[in-house]
Amino acid sequence: MSDLNAQMVEKYRNSFLKEVEANVEEGEWVKMCMQCGVCSGSCPLGPYWEHPPQEIFMMIRAGKREEVLKSESMWMCTSCYNCIVRCPRGLPITHIMHGLAHYAERLGLAPKQNPTRRFALMFWDNIAKHGRVNETVLSIKLYFMDGFSAGIKRALEMLPVGLGMLKAKRFNPWGLFFHKGCKGKRDIQKILAKAREIELAKAAKFGG
Amino acid sequence: MAKKTYHYYPGCTAEKNASASNYETSVMAMCEVLDIELKEIPDWNCCGASIGYAGGGELPRLAMNARNLAIAEQENPELDVVATCAACWLAQRETKERLLEDDALMKECNEALAEAGLKYEAKQRVRHMVEVLIEDIGYEELGKHVKKPLEGLKIAGYVGCQTNRPFGIAGESFENPKYLDKMIETVGAEPVEDYEKKVQCCGGALAFSEPEKSQAMIKDIIEAAYDGGADMIVTPCPVCQMNVEVYQEQINKRYGTKFKMPVVYYSTLLAVAYGKSAKEAGLDGQVIPATKLEEIAKR
Repeated sequence: MSDLNAQMVEKYRNSFLKEVEANVEEGEWVKMCMQCGVCSGSCPLGPYWEHPPQEIFMMIRAGKREEVLKSESMWMCTSCYNCIVRCPRGLPITHIMHGLAHYAERLGLAPKQNPTRRFALMFWDNIAKHGRVNETVLSIKLYFMDGFSAGIKRALEMLPVGLGMLKAKRFNPWGLFFHKGCKGKRDIQKILAKAREIELAKAAKFGG
Repeated sequence: MAKKTYHYYPGCTAEKNASASNYETSVMAMCEVLDIELKEIPDWNCCGASIGYAGGGELPRLAMNARNLAIAEQENPELDVVATCAACWLAQRETKERLLEDDALMKECNEALAEAGLKYEAKQRVRHMVEVLIEDIGYEELGKHVKKPLEGLKIAGYVGCQTNRPFGIAGESFENPKYLDKMIETVGAEPVEDYEKKVQCCGGALAFSEPEKSQAMIKDIIEAAYDGGADMIVTPCPVCQMNVEVYQEQINKRYGTKFKMPVVYYSTLLAVAYGKSAKEAGLDGQVIPATKLEEIAKR
């Protein structure tokens, strides 16, 4: 168990709902869900979710901490915002799903092998370092995330797509070696470090 | 009409040789005709897109967006910020609204921005290029510049998600927005009536990480366009454009379909209708050639 996770278990012993309200983006909305299920029925990947949003909200209130935070479900959010615009209670469901996924990641509970989790972390790493996306590095890293031989297989599968993009001048092979990113990348790194520091300090203070 | 000037946030996909560089090309051609001046935000950074949340969380993600807005505000607080990418627009607008309505969050965000000597006050409007076309220019004016009507073309207006939800375009519904159809009519083409997958999700970033699930949805989007008799699909979003266009061969293999449906941007249609060459309209950036548009551009 990670240190942060152990601390949180101790602190919110009996109330996962309170923990979510204090630590998860837009978590204070969870208690407003009236279990109508419109979100679950509106989700484009709904059929694949082990626990659709409506169920996740009830599980939070029922204190099913491990099941929620270790779930693959939130990682299937495509950010289509269908649930948000249809929710009769106006819950920012997409943001809550993102917030839960991020919180689970911070606690070290997120499912390690989930492909969207891995891709999303690579993506953040890519932009936090350089300020802008380097599409070339990002796609190569994605193909090779399961090792060299799996990477070669995936890269070969993707070759026709890549060649099509290259021909259309929408893929930059030189990006592997050179991508200027932002001039102010140092500034961006400082802003991000400070923002993270503030967020963690706030989480540590809350509720007590 | 007098020249209109905006701050411009192109976003990562618009960079040279990036996945939506053809969108950028067509936007520039379109704006030249409409006398729209775009002042690029100096040294803009990524918005975090739809998957930045995993590593970024709330405040770092908001601060990253606020950096762009703060720079734009510093340059000229009178000008609106305009984005062409759906995710860029959504993230910047969300940042502005969240910070405006939450003083504590605004204070924290400015504390982070101060590390780079910046301050954000949320003075400017954050808009999508489509809003500029509809609200500041208007369909009538858009139509006046048409030199080569796209007659005989039937086009499926695929709006997708993030230009439509959660903010959307004023006066449009989430379930059946009509603005792309109206633009199609404005350039002299015929929109597919009741295009069933108009606001269906293409999978977004999951097209990379969960390709099978994503491609099942893309297949439906293309199939519905064929069912409606479409010659091509038009979209306002770089991720929609790429996802729906470039995986058609893989989808054909997986499902035994024979898709070869061009997918273009609204700005491509306008640029061609305004008499721009195929290259100026970014048609050389198609993975699946939009042959019928190329023919019109050549006339």
